[in-house]
Amino acid sequence: MQQSRDELLKAYRVMSRIREFDERLHVEFATGEIPGFVHLYAGEEAVAAGICAHLTTRDHIASTHRGHGHCIAKDCDVNGMMAEIYGKEAGLCGGKGGSMHIADLDKGMMGANGIVGAGTALVCGAALSAKTLGTGGVAVAFTGDGGSNQGTVFEAMNLASVWSLPAIFVFENNGYGEATASEWALAGGDIVRRAHAFAMPGHQVDGNDYFAVWDVMRQATERARAGQGPSLIECKTKRYYGHFEGDTQNYRAKEEIETLRAEKDCLKHFRARVSEAGLIDAGAMDAIDAEAKAEVDAAVKAAKAAPTPPASALMTDVYASY
Amino acid sequence: MVSKSFRAAINEALKLEMRRDKTIIVLGEDVAGGRGGSANVEEAWGGPFGMTRGLYKEFGPTRVLDTPITESAFVGATAGAAMTGLRPVAEVMFVDFTGVCFDQIMNQIAKIRYMFGGKAKLPLVIRMLYGAGYRAGAQHSQCLYPIYTHLPGLKVAIPSNPYDAKGLLIAAIRDDDPVLFFEHKAILGMKGEVPDEAYEVPLGKANIVRAGKDVTVVAIGRMVHMAEKAAAALAKEGIDCEVIDPRTTSPLDTAAILASVRKTGRLVAVDEAYPRCNMATDISALAAQEAFSSLRAPVRMVSPPHVPVPFAAPLEDLYIPNADKVAEAVRATVKYTPSS
Repeated sequence: MQQSRDELLKAYRVMSRIREFDERLHVEFATGEIPGFVHLYAGEEAVAAGICAHLTTRDHIASTHRGHGHCIAKDCDVNGMMAEIYGKEAGLCGGKGGSMHIADLDKGMMGANGIVGAGTALVCGAALSAKTLGTGGVAVAFTGDGGSNQGTVFEAMNLASVWSLPAIFVFENNGYGEATASEWALAGGDIVRRAHAFAMPGHQVDGNDYFAVWDVMRQATERARAGQGPSLIECKTKRYYGHFEGDTQNYRAKEEIETLRAEKDCLKHFRARVSEAGLIDAGAMDAIDAEAKAEVDAAVKAAKAAPTPPASALMTDVYASY
Repeated sequence: MVSKSFRAAINEALKLEMRRDKTIIVLGEDVAGGRGGSANVEEAWGGPFGMTRGLYKEFGPTRVLDTPITESAFVGATAGAAMTGLRPVAEVMFVDFTGVCFDQIMNQIAKIRYMFGGKAKLPLVIRMLYGAGYRAGAQHSQCLYPIYTHLPGLKVAIPSNPYDAKGLLIAAIRDDDPVLFFEHKAILGMKGEVPDEAYEVPLGKANIVRAGKDVTVVAIGRMVHMAEKAAAALAKEGIDCEVIDPRTTSPLDTAAILASVRKTGRLVAVDEAYPRCNMATDISALAAQEAFSSLRAPVRMVSPPHVPVPFAAPLEDLYIPNADKVAEAVRATVKYTPSS
């Protein structure tokens, strides 16, 4: 294995926290206390962890409506995230964004996004900044199989290639764009084949395999940092919950999720790999799970107790100059 | 002072600001031009209207970036770049083309700062040609600034003359908010006094183009000239117009408009944009709500009819508001009596 024990522990911690965060949100959403739309990332943790393991604060990511995992993997504060999802003043965006717009530019997190595929264009700009200002940074656009069919995404990949930007396009192909199967909606079957059209390397990996994701992202990041231009990564994965919380999911068989959890779970896979290699014992990972549980529990309690934004917040933050 | 064209004023503003601040970049379709063509020139066009000519030569390929025809990507990129340390000035050739990148302007650029709780700054400018009179047909002649004025988070500048064009563009580039900058294609060759040095015309400060006591005429962009022409004609009839150019529709200098309406008691709002939900209706509503007791006559609006911009010359001429139509509206407000 190319990663140190510390790096692996860090990766597991990221995945464990994402899982705990979204599993807990699933429970809390059902109580009716969380406003609006919430899209859970549970099941796809290995993608966010494997991709963001290669990034630091000088690097930027643009996320999707299903963004909690990306936020946690990019080191956003879990308390600030939870408060934001509850619409509280202590939220990362002061309660003005919500689940679909969590952002923290100090961490290089350019926002979850309510518009499918839109973040790819933002990433061209962040990558252009990195290139022009010589920061050495890369910019990563997450989108999905749904986003893979958006015109803006094609435009962004073309522009990134023409400008030779340090940009990486990560497609989380979780099999469904809302309720419509990607097998039906995606002409050509595989997103990765589209890389060829834009003259960039394309990688297709098992998105439930942290190590596979980590490895292709290493290649894409090295290429971007060396000034050789963008790459495309397609991660085949599945979400454990519906498109949004409250989705009846009558478009997919019950067994599909049961099988996924039993046989394809990315955390289980990770645990087996590092245990077999004798790198990390189960006890250490159990301890991480327990920490994540406590952290998320505290975040939920704090978010519930926190004050909502004052009426005066309605009119602020529209413009920088007034 | 030297007389310069509107086009030269824009070009000069870009050059001066780019010399001052190395984080300013210019991007758009053919802003340099000639990339990859058989003539093998580095700079061919400076945009199809020559607005950015000479920039590539002076600032090079890292700061003057040609793009493919890809408005969604490069307009969206301005937001990503502005959030991460650059000050991009994009050129979307015609405002009509923003149809294809509307999401990036409406859902991304306009809202990012608010959605992020004030933690993002988006110092970017999107320059666009607008307006009828060029025989360019329905997809190259619209105004559309009311759509962008409608969106919180955007600022909208619409200079009517070369002096304002330079000063407003410099102010827009220095501003930390996204500014949509409208240049009327029929006045690009218009000349006026423009100082050589850099100066700002503040966003949100109207220009009293002509002081008068009888009727307030608020006009935008190219329509300011129609209003001035009408005012000159009306002066001979003994009607004294006050012509106001708001310069920006967001922010809108409501104080200047209302002060004038309270003084004259009459308002004619002139706007080249389609008549429903345009700036004329907006300014009329403002006067109705805030200055009702000062009004001595119903507000009049001068706008084109509710149709796409026609191609055939006689139809387009019929479509565009002109000085005669403005004068007619002014006379109607002056002649109005409550019993009539």
